[in-house]
Amino acid sequence: MSVLRFDHVSYAYPAVQRDAISDVSLAIEPGEFCVVAGLSGSGKSTLLRAAAGLVPHFHGGRFAGTVTVGGLDTREHGPAEAGEVAGTVLQDPETQVIMTTVRAELSLALENRGQAGASVARAVEETSLSLGIAHLLDRATAELSGGELQRVALASALVCRPSLVLLDEPTSQLDPVAGDELIWQLRRLNQESDTAVLLIEHRLERCLAAADRVIALSEGRVVCDRDPRGFLEWAAESAPGLATPGARMFARAGLRPPPTGVKQARAALRGAGLLHETRDPAENPPVVADTRSRPRPLAAMRRRSRVQQPALALKGVWHEITRGPTVLRSVDLSIQAGERVVLMGRNGAGKSTLLRHAAGLLQPTRGSVQSSGRVALLLQNPGDYFLHERADQEVSEDALRMVGLAGLGARNPRDLSGGQRQRLALAIVLGGSEPASVLALDEPTRGMDTASKRRLARWLRARAGEGAAVVLATHDAEFAAEFADRAVLLADGRVIADGPIEQVLAGGRYFATETARILDGARGVLRPEQGADLLLARSAGEQYAAPQGVRS
Amino acid sequence: MSRASRIAFFPRASPLHAARASIAAAYGCVLALAALITPDPVLLGALLVSVLAAAFGAGVGREISRAARTAALPIILLTVLVNVLVSREGLTVFARLGDWGVLGQVNLTVEAVVFGLVLALRLMVVTLSCLLVVCAANPDELLLAFRRISPRSALTATLTTRLIPVLGADARRLAEAQRCRPDGGARGARGRMAILKATVAGALDRSLDVAAVLEMRGYGTARPARGSRAPLSRHDVAFASSSVAVLLITVYASVAGLGSFSPYPLVSMSVTPALLVAAALLVLVALAPFCDRKGIER
Repeated sequence: MSVLRFDHVSYAYPAVQRDAISDVSLAIEPGEFCVVAGLSGSGKSTLLRAAAGLVPHFHGGRFAGTVTVGGLDTREHGPAEAGEVAGTVLQDPETQVIMTTVRAELSLALENRGQAGASVARAVEETSLSLGIAHLLDRATAELSGGELQRVALASALVCRPSLVLLDEPTSQLDPVAGDELIWQLRRLNQESDTAVLLIEHRLERCLAAADRVIALSEGRVVCDRDPRGFLEWAAESAPGLATPGARMFARAGLRPPPTGVKQARAALRGAGLLHETRDPAENPPVVADTRSRPRPLAAMRRRSRVQQPALALKGVWHEITRGPTVLRSVDLSIQAGERVVLMGRNGAGKSTLLRHAAGLLQPTRGSVQSSGRVALLLQNPGDYFLHERADQEVSEDALRMVGLAGLGARNPRDLSGGQRQRLALAIVLGGSEPASVLALDEPTRGMDTASKRRLARWLRARAGEGAAVVLATHDAEFAAEFADRAVLLADGRVIADGPIEQVLAGGRYFATETARILDGARGVLRPEQGADLLLARSAGEQYAAPQGVRS
Repeated sequence: MSRASRIAFFPRASPLHAARASIAAAYGCVLALAALITPDPVLLGALLVSVLAAAFGAGVGREISRAARTAALPIILLTVLVNVLVSREGLTVFARLGDWGVLGQVNLTVEAVVFGLVLALRLMVVTLSCLLVVCAANPDELLLAFRRISPRSALTATLTTRLIPVLGADARRLAEAQRCRPDGGARGARGRMAILKATVAGALDRSLDVAAVLEMRGYGTARPARGSRAPLSRHDVAFASSSVAVLLITVYASVAGLGSFSPYPLVSMSVTPALLVAAALLVLVALAPFCDRKGIER
């Protein structure tokens, strides 16, 4: 029997004419690891909420067809009963954790179902051990990091031993390390206990290698339901925006079949004699680890820095919290007008704090921050900027036009899509009589699909082209490679690498693009297009011209 | 916000935290109740010492003493002020303020000031005892116990306790985002209203998410929770015994008239050796459970 079955399911949210999902039929078998792919607004989250029984019980609306979870028809059984078969993990870990301590959080679902104390204690113990969170059991949930919270949310979903786990972008708020750990924990769970997994994820390169099957949605309909390799072949033809960087590189280099992960890609390249495994110093640029001795390969940048005052300069900035940790430790950072800089590092490395210092929201406990003009800062949640019920009450029509929102002035900002909200918030922070000399953004691509990220990267490059220094904190190496010309890696409040993006990201393991990991960072290539050019040059026996910023 | 600056429960290695939540809560409540029972300043002083020392013994001394410092002055000033203005019973007048309309002839007396100070002391003990309960009794365990009596009310309480800190964080984030606006955002009362409105709008989204999670975790089924019959730990026994002893000493001291205190018409107070012994005993029995440091780490 299928653990989850959709039969001709259509659903529209209350007061909305258009179906969020339309005539969806699919079945998930026990032990399957399925990834759900699709652009923003394609109906992925609605599909998951229907599987969890929240649609229609919780949200209301118009529902047709049948969803059965572990044999339970969701029209007759609500989310609480469906929850015994299917554990659910949503996007925001903050709103998924209810109790004060981790132990109480894990016990909640079992106690709600009337289980005896000893049985609850045993389930909590075993689940926490299997997910490696036993050491967190007596910690307060308010003190956990995002990654820890998300693992606790996963444990809460698993504690009832469900036969299916539903996950809605569980890694979107995690750094690459925590995100990868979560995916591999899911794979281990799937393999060791035969639990079926239905995972929604935008960063497909992170999870395709672990998946058995990919279901792609477009405008609420299933448009592809194949194994990962079949999906990538379909995506290359029909939905390039969903193709992984590795698959795009292979397609551009004329290589078949598309790889589902780094291991598969390297094996294919090795077989074709295109992988140079001896580490050639000429091909592998060194990672620069000290800001002050940072070589500036871009001659123009070097010349400019001699004559121009930097747009933003942090000198020996410390941020020490009274009776708390030290968040920044003597950070020196100088950013020129027109530079595009990404700040990367694990959660808690100090990226957001650094941006807040740049914008003057925080004062350094030691050191100084100087800027040549106004610093416009876009914080992580664009919705925090909205105070009015119409977009044109937030900013002028001209400002809306500048960010590509002309004609949407009458809309409520909270009804706009994620990308549109982001642009409206940008219009707000960029407004005012004094133009911003520095544009700072904190995690602007969370929950964005590839197409929206590309649009944002283009827009930000245009602002940098107009002379603004653009600095953003991100976990998304692919976006960083698309947008930036310089990367600053932070760890424990310190700058541990600072240099041209090709040098910093090509040499990394976690903070690296998929293309760089496939090619070992050879010649500093980061983007699929560059990787394909390198492969074509290798197959033709020609010399590949390294990207600007990489020393040969 | 750092842990040290928050009046909230955090798991800690302390005898009081090692006791079950119901007993930890009962211990704090008994200290508050004792302060309400006895009018004697010596015993009230002993109770204040006990509460503060217990807070330090439970590892929440910094939080409680900060709250005491913050609350003490307003509580003392307000209580003394109100008592001085409304009391008509003292005889030792030190200032005549004339006719104050509704309040009539206002004369400030030494007796009213002294009684105001004793009242303030009592209020301080009650407040700090309640804060000790907040910091040391696990609210999840208390809610679980409460659920056996009233599941629906417990659901409301759970959502409220969860949402209050979340909404506080939302409001701080919104205020920070407003500071990022080129004009610095709306200021003053208008600004605060705008932030409040936006926080409430965001709260609806938040509440929906939290309620959805609760629903999926089976809260709606409300099957009777079967509590664990965990055996009483040494700390459970110690704090339960201590609570009973504190209550008995206070009641005995009051009923047996070990000391006497009368603020009006003239302040009179007798401090007998028996009263001093009772006060010392009260502090000792209240703090004795903190000497046992075995098995406090979770």
